[in-house]
Amino acid sequence: MGTTKDLSKYDKVFLIKLLTDMVLIRRFEEKSAQMYGLQKIGGFCHLYIGQEAVAVGSIAALDLSTDYVLTGYRDHAHALACGLSPDSVMAELFGKETGCSRGKGGSMHLFDVEHNMLGGNGIVGGHIPVATGVAFKIAYNKENGVVLCFFGDGAIHQGAFHESLNMAKIWNLPILYICENNQYGMGTMFKRVSSVDDFSVMASSYSMPGKQIDGMDVLTVYDEVSAMTEHIRNHKTPAFMEIKTYRYKGHSMSDPAKYRTKDELEAYKKLDPIVILKNDMIDNNLLTEDEFKEIDKDCKAKSAESVKFAENSNEPPLSSLYEDVLV
Amino acid sequence: MPVIQYREALRQAMDEEMARDETVFLMGEEVAQYNGAYKVSKGLLDKFGDRRVIDTPITELGFTGIGTGAAMAGLRPIVEWMTLNFAILALDQVINNAAKMLYMSGGKLNIPIVFRGPNGPAEYLASQHSQALQTMLVHVPGIKVVAPATPYDAKGLLKSAIRDNNPVVVLEAEMMYAWTGEVPSEEFLVPIGEADIKREGTDVSIITYSKPLKMAMEAAEQLAQQNISAEIVDLRSLRPLDEKTIFESVRKTNRAVIVDESWPMVSVASHVGYLISSQCFDYLDAPVELVTSEDVPMPYNHSLELAAQPSVDKIIKAVKKVLYID
Repeated sequence: MGTTKDLSKYDKVFLIKLLTDMVLIRRFEEKSAQMYGLQKIGGFCHLYIGQEAVAVGSIAALDLSTDYVLTGYRDHAHALACGLSPDSVMAELFGKETGCSRGKGGSMHLFDVEHNMLGGNGIVGGHIPVATGVAFKIAYNKENGVVLCFFGDGAIHQGAFHESLNMAKIWNLPILYICENNQYGMGTMFKRVSSVDDFSVMASSYSMPGKQIDGMDVLTVYDEVSAMTEHIRNHKTPAFMEIKTYRYKGHSMSDPAKYRTKDELEAYKKLDPIVILKNDMIDNNLLTEDEFKEIDKDCKAKSAESVKFAENSNEPPLSSLYEDVLV
Repeated sequence: MPVIQYREALRQAMDEEMARDETVFLMGEEVAQYNGAYKVSKGLLDKFGDRRVIDTPITELGFTGIGTGAAMAGLRPIVEWMTLNFAILALDQVINNAAKMLYMSGGKLNIPIVFRGPNGPAEYLASQHSQALQTMLVHVPGIKVVAPATPYDAKGLLKSAIRDNNPVVVLEAEMMYAWTGEVPSEEFLVPIGEADIKREGTDVSIITYSKPLKMAMEAAEQLAQQNISAEIVDLRSLRPLDEKTIFESVRKTNRAVIVDESWPMVSVASHVGYLISSQCFDYLDAPVELVTSEDVPMPYNHSLELAAQPSVDKIIKAVKKVLYID
């Protein structure tokens, strides 16, 4: 079957980490769906299953001591990929005081300040100017960091996106805008509501580099984001990237996703990001089926443990209601 | 003591705080090369350079959000809105991000930012440029809102706002920029959350803030000639509100008139009126009276626009009503 992809330029430990991160996100999200079904998690819950290569591949290209990540409401994966523990994310989904936002944020508002993951934002496109402001800070202080600003194909038509790209360019801010095009803004196929099919052309309106890449292969994402962030650091310019991906689940837990065909979903599942990397690694003798099973088992266990942790955690006290309104 | 304009007081506040703290910077439309649409930032570009005094494109939502992100990452931005009318476009960033970030991050991310600009009607500017929009901001937990009406308060409150670790909105007014008043040369701060008795009196409390303060003071002067002693409470801060000073004044005078240039429905005036009714009920000798703008968009015609706003005559009439005179 096909030609073997040469992985010799990658470190094995690094590849195992990418694979493990993607499997953990997959298993964590499956557990989240299960807990949502059991009404342990309420409200909106947007799953990332199918898109794992995007968050994992991009964030692997960063140095989170100087770089930053901001994203929208489909944020569990970004938080985990930045290093937040599954325990504190699951506890947040449960609304417990041990959650990463002390039970005040929930699914859409995960923060990991220690690892420069600054949310988790529930308003479509609302975080794009905020992420641009973080890049402004980097430029103002003459630091070497880069901001990754993730958002979906639904956010790209917001004024917030266009206003931000313009200012990022005129002030040469170090930010990579990443449109995770999972094809559907809620239930609307992106082509129905966009003047262009290839979003990357929008970068040229703001005189910055733009590229469309495949988001199902985590190594493609890693290589492309690494190259683009290096370009940003070296050339003091913002950039834009459209990463083509696909979500297997509905927009949120309440969405049965009837707007697309089973055939379409099945076709994408054949491009599964975990299967692609796993097979490439096996073909390169960097992984065995048994080793993969161990990784999977471990990730399932971590996800199950996160549920136990969340269940055993306390509800936030009612006295916390008035805490953190103001400093 | 030096007598300076309100705009100069604001400029001094920014100048001093920018000199004091490298993380403070100013961004907004026309703030740099043009020296400010109302000349509030005059000279700051020359002094601090274009790294710290930054002209933006006309994109209120965008630069308000960028300021919010910069504050989240550790800077202390001053975002100038050319007017509050234009800041309506930026409200998503103020309400959904600046005001909420600390709470929804479980206390991890505070937003030390100042949003400032003129609010309320000037003259001949018609409906879209003559709105007093404080209610939309004061409604939201997670931000502070101040509305100084004198050069002294403007300087002291803006300096406090810049040093505050929360988002603070400073409401100014086109008509107030040229107002003058005494401002000490030595450094001072006016704490956020403290009202100020601008005139002591015994018969009625006139509670107001921002531009109508001048009308209230003039009304009090005219009332004094009729042997009516009015006390003027200048709220200065709208959120947090200095309830203690309001209640003490009303418990002393037993009558209250609230003057507020925003619309009457769900306003600072109506909220203060409710607080007085609920906390000073046994002290009141008359129902609380409100003087607000009329419940209409602002017309262009000058006679009509004056008729739409609070006035000295309307305040005097309201005072007489609570005193059961005439």
